[in-house]
Amino acid sequence: MTTAISDLEVSIDEIPERKRISEYRLMWNAFRRDPLALLSIFILFVFILGAIFAPFLTPYPEQGLGDPNILEKFSPPSLQHPLGTDYLGRDVTARILYGGRSSLAIGFLVVFVAVIIGVPLGAISGFYGGWIDNLIMRITDIFLAFPPLLLAIALAAALGSNFINTMIAISFTWWPWYARLVRSQTLSLRERSFIEAARSIGVPDWKIITTHVLPNVMTPVMVQATMDLGSAILIGAAVSFIGLGVQPPTADWGTMISVGRIYFLERPWYAGSAGIAIFLVVLAFNLLGDAVRDAADPRTRRAVDIGR
Amino acid sequence: MQRLDYIAKRLVMAIFVLISVSIVTFIIARVVPSNPAAAWVGPHPTKEQIEKATIELGLDQPLYTQYLRYMEGIVRGDLGTSVTTRQPILTDIKTFLPATLELVLAGMLIAIVIGIPLGVLSGANKGSLLDHLTRLVSIAGVSMPAFLLGLLLQMFFFRQLGLLPLGARLSTEVSLANPIETVTGMYIIDSALTGNWVAFQDASKHILLPALALATYPIGLAIRMTRSTMIEVLNEKYIQAARISGIKERTILFVLALKNAIVPTLNALGLAFVYSLTGAILIEVIFSWPGLGNYVTNAVLSVDFPVIVSVTLIMTVFYILINLFLDILQAMIDPRVTLQ
Repeated sequence: MTTAISDLEVSIDEIPERKRISEYRLMWNAFRRDPLALLSIFILFVFILGAIFAPFLTPYPEQGLGDPNILEKFSPPSLQHPLGTDYLGRDVTARILYGGRSSLAIGFLVVFVAVIIGVPLGAISGFYGGWIDNLIMRITDIFLAFPPLLLAIALAAALGSNFINTMIAISFTWWPWYARLVRSQTLSLRERSFIEAARSIGVPDWKIITTHVLPNVMTPVMVQATMDLGSAILIGAAVSFIGLGVQPPTADWGTMISVGRIYFLERPWYAGSAGIAIFLVVLAFNLLGDAVRDAADPRTRRAVDIGR
Repeated sequence: MQRLDYIAKRLVMAIFVLISVSIVTFIIARVVPSNPAAAWVGPHPTKEQIEKATIELGLDQPLYTQYLRYMEGIVRGDLGTSVTTRQPILTDIKTFLPATLELVLAGMLIAIVIGIPLGVLSGANKGSLLDHLTRLVSIAGVSMPAFLLGLLLQMFFFRQLGLLPLGARLSTEVSLANPIETVTGMYIIDSALTGNWVAFQDASKHILLPALALATYPIGLAIRMTRSTMIEVLNEKYIQAARISGIKERTILFVLALKNAIVPTLNALGLAFVYSLTGAILIEVIFSWPGLGNYVTNAVLSVDFPVIVSVTLIMTVFYILINLFLDILQAMIDPRVTLQ
């Protein structure tokens, strides 16, 4: 049964226009429909906004910053103090809000610095190979050899305990992961023909790296960074717990647990709230990271409407 | 041949890393602090103490000489003296290391016994209620800060139920009435070996809560890894073939499938083990467990810099050796990893 070609003719104007869908758009669509992802974003929103707007959210901003209120020390949760007061009488809710500033900031900064250092180094290492690759990989081997918490402790002890030093100490242990990740991605990317094509027409190396390599390795980096945010906050809290992070009277979830644990059995609201805050934030980041990973991988991404 | 190649390469790398780690630790100990001599002596140093330390540590000498003296001291076993306990640090470490080891091993045991079967069942019944519950448990496990869980366990089992002790390794009565002979330094093993059942029971009760708190992260990890590899393996044809030929489901799951799923899980467990070494620090503080973690934390609180640096070095060396061992073990079990 033959069909005349003329029967198949369709006018060009009748072919519907389809918008080019970017990878990120597909990811976002898949992401939007995942209830756990939305829940985690909600939780994180609450904590992050709470930390940023802390002075406006609590009737006791001075206590959040550290002023004691001895008269009311150790009161259990009540109407005026929904989470109770701590050993100096400060409102625990205020301390949690202000503590979020310190704890969350450490997490974000650590991952930020680790990415800024690790990603370019990994890209250079993977792209050029040879002795640069060897050198950078040996350096990452050395830093990866240390148990993360210990190196952070030793560095923080040597540098002095404050916010910046703690952040530096923890970032030191974190960047090698990103360098490794980006390097292996770059290695597989390097063989692709579009890279070869770009080189052969004379595009300078740095331009190839920034416009071709980096955008393509960003997805796994994003997934890793999201999950690492949770772990970074956890390690930051651990360092503060040991006594090396921010010092009192600055509020910090880790120090709150460390101080509050002595009274925990009788008066759990102090250490307990800080611990639960950490738990919720880390949980949210883990769920978020899982969701980002599921959305990014075309195999696990559930069939989504290609949006109109 | 390929295996030996890989193992040899790994050994060389490990040696390189060990040397570099010693250099880094040296830099942290002598170069980073603004006043290394003062840091070495401890808080509130007097002028004579600083001068004495400067000569002792050779701080007026060029860096590489200092490094050589540092390494020479280490090889001799001289890690310095703790400012707080006034003992040679090596002695302190030998005292506290078995406690930490015992705790970590107990935690890993719990993680394997609970995590792997749960992962297997979860993967086999994907999508079921058990699966969802288990995944919830595993994600909570990896997110839960160890210190919170420790506190909660103490609150529940000690305060509310009065079942398990608050901390330490042995109750005072038992340690006085039925002291444990030291064989390995690990109370559970020693008391079992010497037939000291009273102490065995007591030590087990004491180790249960801290080990459980320590195990949550590895359990979470084990469940996730086992589950995802189980799902992959169960899709293979030989599983279907086994089912058709009438082999019992339980055998299929726990013998056939698990054997093939075990390697990535062991890998993850290796990671979990080394993670536990650092997690143990926090747990030891909460449960007053007299191990290296507690030692280091007290050192931090009393600004005992020599201890901090030395323990970092020792634990890192340990860490590297364990990683090396796990890599070699993995190469023996599954030669495919040597292809990298």
